[in-house]
Amino acid sequence: MKPFWILCACAVGLSAQVPYERILQSAAEPASWLTYSGNYLGHRYSALKQIDRSNVSRLKLAWMYQTNDLNQFETTPLVADGVMYISEPPSHAAALDLRTGRPLWMFRRTIPSDVRACCGQVNRGLAILDNTVYLATLDAHLLALDAKTGHVLWDTVVADYKTGYSITVAPLAVRGKVIVGMAGGEYGVRGFIDAYDAKTGKRAWRFWTVPGPGEAGHETWLGDSWKNGAATTWVTGVYDPDLNLIYWGTGNPGPDYDGDVRRGEDLYADSVVAVDADAGKLKWHFQFTPHDTHDWDATQTPILIDGNFRGSPRKLLVVANRNGFMYVLDRRSGEFLTGKAFAKQTWAKGLDDRGRPVLVPGMDPKPEGSVAYPGVHGGTNWFSQSYSPQTGLMYVAMREEGTTFYRATAEYKTGAIYTAGGIHGLPGVEPSGAIEALDPATAEKKWEFPLHSPPWAGVLSTAGGLVFGGTNEGNVFALDASTGKPLWDFQAGAPAQGNPISYEFAGKQYVAMTAGRVLMVFGVE
Amino acid sequence: MLRAAETGEKLFQTHCAPCHGAKGEGGRGANLAVRKLPRAPDDAALASIVANGIPGTQMPATRMTAEESAALVRFVRSLGRTQTAAVPGDRAHGEQLFWSKGNCGQCHTVGARGGHIGPDLSDIGARRGPAYLRTSILEPEAEIPENFASYRKVIYIPDNYLRVHAVTRDGKEVTGARVDEDTFTIQIRDDRDQLYSFRKDELRELRKDWGKSPMPSFKGVFSDAELQDIVAYLASLQGAS
Repeated sequence: MKPFWILCACAVGLSAQVPYERILQSAAEPASWLTYSGNYLGHRYSALKQIDRSNVSRLKLAWMYQTNDLNQFETTPLVADGVMYISEPPSHAAALDLRTGRPLWMFRRTIPSDVRACCGQVNRGLAILDNTVYLATLDAHLLALDAKTGHVLWDTVVADYKTGYSITVAPLAVRGKVIVGMAGGEYGVRGFIDAYDAKTGKRAWRFWTVPGPGEAGHETWLGDSWKNGAATTWVTGVYDPDLNLIYWGTGNPGPDYDGDVRRGEDLYADSVVAVDADAGKLKWHFQFTPHDTHDWDATQTPILIDGNFRGSPRKLLVVANRNGFMYVLDRRSGEFLTGKAFAKQTWAKGLDDRGRPVLVPGMDPKPEGSVAYPGVHGGTNWFSQSYSPQTGLMYVAMREEGTTFYRATAEYKTGAIYTAGGIHGLPGVEPSGAIEALDPATAEKKWEFPLHSPPWAGVLSTAGGLVFGGTNEGNVFALDASTGKPLWDFQAGAPAQGNPISYEFAGKQYVAMTAGRVLMVFGVE
Repeated sequence: MLRAAETGEKLFQTHCAPCHGAKGEGGRGANLAVRKLPRAPDDAALASIVANGIPGTQMPATRMTAEESAALVRFVRSLGRTQTAAVPGDRAHGEQLFWSKGNCGQCHTVGARGGHIGPDLSDIGARRGPAYLRTSILEPEAEIPENFASYRKVIYIPDNYLRVHAVTRDGKEVTGARVDEDTFTIQIRDDRDQLYSFRKDELRELRKDWGKSPMPSFKGVFSDAELQDIVAYLASLQGAS
């Protein structure tokens, strides 16, 4: 094992610790994890292969880090130059020593007691660029912290949290800019994606995900409903540096369950939008669930693959959507190429040749209740999917859980919950889940590994031929990426609700993931 | 716009009545027509139960606005001010039958006494209505409780006594109640009160008998009068006060 001081010495004297070019070339340094999905393309894949099918059964805890907060611990750690950077609930950050997990600095932020967060006071991670880490907070600020000390370099208000806005997303740092999304889709906010100057915190552009008067798509909203149309952007998107396009998923239209007050397609809710990184202009959009009434946010991080479609090379965008279908799009144009259900669904007969759902009549929520699959939490949810260039497969944590959806009427009040209905589980049906391997060119399922219950944790694939994931009962596990065969598992004692990553330290590969209040780092002895 | 009282009743009939009964008299859900709700000492606690459900039970969480929640809480409180009919029957005689003729304590616990194979009945009178209790004695499989149907983020230990049958690779067979389960393991208590923990890859077979109960029907065992007395006894079990 190399002496620790050698690694420290490597980092000293560099003026820009993680320049944009380093993130761009992340494939060249699999030892690090420099952006939310490991690379700009959303792959959540590690090219490290020291931990492989033959030795993963010997995976052991190296260290743990415990957070004090009782909310879900959903962070994706970043790793650069001997340091791990994490966020913690509700809106904290810390830098950890990679050898021991001991904090090098901790940033604690007091959150006002009146912030609204529908589903837990959580944070999903940080971005790093040059010598700065970026943290977005529940009270809708974006902070730049000195990567060496955690000191605040600038603090920009993204939105007024008192009107229902919050931020839980890990920002995305690109060349000179930090892109950030927002949450509040159950509080009648109007969604947007923002870009800020990485050095100054000054806003560079804003893309409203609900078009205002005079803008294309505005006519897809009834009356003034666009003002509370939601289409929030609460999970990190991806970036194609060659096309200079940001691809970002948008959430449900508001109010969630009563579509009558917002008749129309409700653009750009439940869509993926492609916006240019310099100016935030919309290049194209694709809406997965037009006029959604089931809270099926399309915020899943998409995956960009340069692959083949029916024999021709294509720049693809693939994603398994909360509505139960997997989609393959051309990411230059947004053209729908193919799609298929990957989870149990009862609301559509299928997809037409433009990728629009062929609806089963009568599936909208009713005052007396209406049952649909996927349920309110979807065929998958916010947690990450993964793509392995080694196997050519993508991996998805799939949920099978139906819901009875109720429609009600609601009046919008600033900052108050605005869902117009409710939900119940289905009595007598034990929900389940699976890790699925899907062909990204055909959406065909290659294998599945059943889970006891619907998962709330994402997956990581590695060049060791493995897929890592976690269960809601606290199992963390590794599967054979080619067959789905389980090769290792460990009971962590509380639900896994984050996304795994992998990195190398002092010549050894590690896998890091959260469960309960604990961040665990595993390595092979 | 409905008046608050109407809103409360409407919400109750939609979300609560299917389990708690149209007048809150109880059924598969608790009797709410009582002066004191054991889990909800004040209105804030009641609103919290509506919003979050009760983990580990069949009580689900229901999202609603603050106004709806307040209206519903007011309506539920009003149920406790209505006089409900007392459960007829001889409680003391019911208790005697429970421990003797019925031998219910072989599997069920009341307070410190009884077995562990079936559900603990120490507060069954607070959790189920009399009609439900009567049906459960006559037709134990009429409704097997499940705890997994709520709006939930976290899975709790199953308390639904699901009947499972496991066969190990070397042919050992275990039948009993599921105590807990995850993707890789299962814990089972057999009918002799023996606890087992298996990795699923050690099992040749794992069968789940949904809807099955090891409890026999007491139809024809108890007379109508005896049944009434037992139900009166069970309805009186309100847990430690």
